Order: sequence, then C-alpha cells, then structure tokens
Amino acid sequence: MATVEIRDVRKSYGPVDAIKGIDIAIRDGEFLVLLGPSGCGKSTLLRMVAGLEGITGGEIAIGGRVVNTLEPKDRDIAMVFQNYALYPHMTVFDNMAYGLKIRGIPKAEIRARVDKAAEILELGRFLDRRPSQLSGGQRQRVAMGRAIVREPAAFLFDEPLSNLDAKLRTQMRVEIKRLQDRLRITSLYVTHDQVEAMTLADRILVMNHGVAEQIGTPLEVYQRPASLFVAGFIGSPPMNVLDGRIDDRGEAVLVPGGQRLPLPQPRPTDAGRPVKLGIRPEHMAVAAEGFSIEIELVEALGADTVVYGRLPDGETLLVRMAGIPTVRERDRMTVAPQADALHLFDAVSGRRME
Amino acid sequence: MTFDSRLLPYLLLAPQVAVTLVFFIWPAAQAVWQSVHLQDAFGIRSEFVWFENFEHVLTDPNYLDTLKVTVVFSVAVTVLSMGTALLLAVLADSKIKGARAYKTLLIWPYALAPAVAAVLWMFIFNPDIGSFGRALRALGYDWDYRLNGGQALWMVIMAASWKQVAYNFIFFLAGLQAIPRSVMEAASIDGAGPVRRFLTITFPLLSPTTFFLLVVDMVYAFFETFGTIHALTQGGPGKATETLIFRVYHDGVVNNDLGGSSAQSVILMVIVIALTAVQFRFIERKVHYA
Ligand SMILES: Nc1ncnc2c1ncn2[C@@H]1O[C@H](COP(=O)(O)OP(=O)(O)O)[C@@H](O)[C@H]1O
Ligand SMILES: [Mg+2]
Repeated sequence: MATVEIRDVRKSYGPVDAIKGIDIAIRDGEFLVLLGPSGCGKSTLLRMVAGLEGITGGEIAIGGRVVNTLEPKDRDIAMVFQNYALYPHMTVFDNMAYGLKIRGIPKAEIRARVDKAAEILELGRFLDRRPSQLSGGQRQRVAMGRAIVREPAAFLFDEPLSNLDAKLRTQMRVEIKRLQDRLRITSLYVTHDQVEAMTLADRILVMNHGVAEQIGTPLEVYQRPASLFVAGFIGSPPMNVLDGRIDDRGEAVLVPGGQRLPLPQPRPTDAGRPVKLGIRPEHMAVAAEGFSIEIELVEALGADTVVYGRLPDGETLLVRMAGIPTVRERDRMTVAPQADALHLFDAVSGRRME
Repeated sequence: MTFDSRLLPYLLLAPQVAVTLVFFIWPAAQAVWQSVHLQDAFGIRSEFVWFENFEHVLTDPNYLDTLKVTVVFSVAVTVLSMGTALLLAVLADSKIKGARAYKTLLIWPYALAPAVAAVLWMFIFNPDIGSFGRALRALGYDWDYRLNGGQALWMVIMAASWKQVAYNFIFFLAGLQAIPRSVMEAASIDGAGPVRRFLTITFPLLSPTTFFLLVVDMVYAFFETFGTIHALTQGGPGKATETLIFRVYHDGVVNNDLGGSSAQSVILMVIVIALTAVQFRFIERKVHYA
C-alpha cells in the first residue's frame, strides 16, 4: 500500500521532449488511468515509474520515498506488459513464483500465494503448463497473477488488454475491476481505450504530446472536458465542435447559419468573443427550432442510432438518438442541443471557458 | 513457359544432390571400401583384409595419444569459442556505443581462410618474428611452440577457437536479440539482477542456439581445423598437436598408408555421427524451444 507521487517529471530523448512536466499525486489504493493517443508518452511515463527508463527531470516518489535512482527491483512495484512478457521456459507456477523465490520467501508461503492467485484468476488447472500452451486470455491472467502474488506497493499496467479480442477484453476489464475492488492496490494503468479508462479509473489523466491535458474522475472528464483535445478524445461518437461567437450582450452563442443558442448563464465579460462550441451528439434532440441538417448517414447500433447530418455551411453534425432509427438518409431534420449541454472553448488556446 | 510441376522440385534439388554425391557420398564410400582393403606399395593391387586395418589402428598406442589430443583440443576449442562468443554477444546486445562497427569487426575472422588466419597467428606468436612471441621471450619466458608441445597445443587451440568465435557470435547475437526486451524487463522488476537474469532467463532461452552450436563446433574442431593445424604446427612438435583428422592426412598422404588412413576416416565419421546423435537424443530433451 503506497502513494505514488510524480512531480514535474520530464523525459527527453535527445532533442525530443517526450514528457514535458507532469504532476500527479496518486493516492493510496487509487486506480489512475493514463489515457491518450498512441505516441503521447504514456508508456514512457509508466516506465519511468517502473525504473525501466531514466528520469530527465523532476521526481518520482513511491510510498513517500524518492525512487529516481533506484533499480526497478528496489521499487517494490509489479508490472503487467502489453505482450505479457511471460518467461517462456517456465511453467505458469514458476512464472508467478519467480519474483517470490528471488526475494527469499519460504517455499510454503510461495505455494500458498500462487495457489491463491491461481484460484482468483481461475488458473489452477494450468499451473504446470508453459505459456506457449495457453490461450491469449490465459496468458494475460498469468501476467496478472505474477503481479498479484508479489503484493507490491503499486501495480503498473501498460495496455494489458490491447492484445485481446473484443469479447475477452470486456471480460478481463470487468475482472480487473473486481480485482481492484478486492485488493485496493495503488495502480497506474495505461490505455488508449476510453471505455477502459471510464470503467476502471478512480481518476483519469488525459495525456497529449507529453502533457497532462486534464486530471479528473471519469465523470468530470466527460462532463467538463478541460480542453478541445479532451472533448474530442472522450465520448463516442466524438463531440461536435462548431465555430461560434458570443453575442454582444453575452447571453447567447451565434453560430454560422444564423443560429442563436442561449447560454445557461449570461457571460457579459465575454461579449463579442469568438469561441469553439462543443455539443455532444447524445445531447442533441429533435426540436421545432434549431440546426437544420440533411441526413447523410444513419448508423443503427441497436440500442441507439447515430445520425450524420450536414449543416447548410457544409459542417458535419452528429446526433445520437435512443432506440432504432426513425429517420432515413437524405431526409431533413431539425435538432437542437439541451440548454445546459453547451461546452465553450477558447477559439485560440482550445481551453475550456469556465 | 511452364514447367512440369512434378519435375521441377527434382530439378531444383539436383545440383545439391550432385554436389553431395560427388564430394561426400562418393569419397565416403571409397573410404569405407579402402578401409577393408590392403594396397601394395605401388597402389596397383589391393586385397580384401576384413577389419585388419581397424585392428592395427585401434591397437596402436600412438593412435590413442592422438585421440587424447583430439579430445582435449575439441573440448577446449568448443568451450573457448562458445564462451568467448557468448560474452561478446552479450556485450554487443547491450546498448553500447559503436555496436555496429564492433559487430562487423567480430564477424570478419569468419571470412578468413584457415591458412591465412594461421599466418596471422604466426606473425603474432613466432618466437623470432612474432610481436607477442618476442615480447614473451623478452620478458624471460621461454616461449617456443616449435619445441614445446604444450605451448603448441595451446596455440592451435587459440587459433582454431578464434576463427570459430565469429560464427558462434552471429548465432548467439541473433539468439539474444530474439529474446523480447520486455521479458528481461519483467525479470528485473521481479527482482533479478544482471547475473541472475543471465542465468535464469537469457541462458535457458538461448539453449536451442547453444545446443546447435555445440554440435557445429564439435564437428568443426574434429574436421575443419585441419588447415589451421597444418599451417601452424604440422601436428608437431612430435605429435603434440596431431588430431585425428590430421593423422588421417598424415598416414594417408604422407605415409601412403591408404588402408589405415581410410579406417581412421571411418572411425572419425562414426565418432561424429555418434556425437551428434547423442547430443540430439540427450540434450534436446532439456532444451526449450521457446
Ligand atoms: N527509446 C526511445 N528513443 C527515442 N524516442 C522514443 C523512445 N521511446 C519513446 N520515444 C518517443 O516518445 C514518445 C512517446 O512514446 P510512448 O511513451 O511509447 O507513447 P505511448 O505509450 O503513449 O504510445 C513517442 O513520440 C516516441 O517516438
Ligand atoms: Mg505505449
């Protein structure tokens, strides 16, 4: 049990700055998800915590102890790799027992811990097998088991589910959630999958180009995205973003095509300011007045329907409606956002306007 | 243009089969034939003598000495060349500066003809003109491999190993690079230091490579070191560096004892086949083909 503190941590590969100063204090037992597109620096940050990558600047502390110069083995962490990284020449039992043997834990206790982990992960029948004799999902469990038996101060996961097919991924996601509720070990979990992030995280750190765009609970990140980047990355289908301008009295947003969307609260100080207006597709509904769109594509997903519409000025507008489709392609329809569902972002910086 | 599809595989195999027939099967068959015949001094008449040639060879105390030299030589060459190659490969595999140039340099010796390599060694170890040889003598060490059998054996072992290091190195390096980095990282997170990682992860995962090289190096030491020994010591001084293969040549070509020489060849062939078979049967079981 431990906290993990990351203080202004930086990483450069030669002239390339992969991590540009990240600050986050992970609480004891908290499950923090690092979410971001491929190449944004998630693995680099995780590997710095693990000690597999040197730290260019800043400080990392695990359980209150600064670990910058400590070897991975002295950091009391366990890691689950994307490709599982099992020891191919060892049985499942030996894979899980390896770290315990090295730490000089008595044989009987190793047996007990491995058996317990095997029971939790339903690996009991496979303890004598080699990794090559297991399915992808089973290997994934062994990798989890190897981390669990160590009872470390913190778990590190680097996209542990991304090599599994969709169905298994969902299953394992639920299983990780259950494990976490049971073990409550401080965890850093890297993924580019927003569903994993939303379902597993206590808090999400949304990363882009080596900086933290936002840190918050899944709902905060969804309801109050701190930037256009976060708004576009979280939510599926992604948020609609339109160019707009706050009217001269600061009471509404004007969008091209002449629409005037009243603001929930007036913003007199922002009167006349150009903005980016974000509206989630699920916050649009058919209305008497609003955006008039020509329907280009209708995606029926079963439980709901996504409509791709075109605005008069050529912009695409997505609308998500509950249930099966009631409209057809090439129909026209009028939709309007819910009044309290407008997100305003600075037109230049892309930051949220509070 | 189309080929008869049944004929094509045979056509493609034909050159390989022809080479094998002409350069291996035919001489091997001849050796077997010769080994059970006795030729007169002029090479005109020969007489079938059953296993007499073998009897002569195997009861000759000199031959047993040669066998001893061969065992020492082969084991030393195998261990030395594999050990050195593994060490160098581990170093090359870890992130060092100039690794590419280093790898190229290490591979060069393999391209060298044995005789050329031997001449190079002579330039180093010759007591009169060799740099290292003269340095040793200047330090007061009585270095002369032309007189001292132990020194001569040591030198041919060095020379033969040196040439094989390059070959072993390439395979070990490929083997090392096939081990996923994350597996080593997982081990270091699990608490293993560099030595333990090598012993419990790297080495077991390299065992298919090690096993393969063990067979190749034994065969190399038995058969392919002839050129090196011939150029450096001609089997001497005395018979200190005479290995089985060198003796085959010496008895057959120099002493013109074709029957005895052929019997030795056959024995040599049987030894190598047996060695390979034993290695495959008993070592392969413990090898992890990951
Ligand atoms: N060893 C390295 N040398 C140079 N650049 C690297 C190295 N490792 C990662 N990078 C760069 O750092 C950035 C972040 O990489 P990474 O942390 O792997 O991203 P992610 O895990 O988010 O996909 C990338 O632009 C990548 O090219
Ligand atoms: Mg990554």
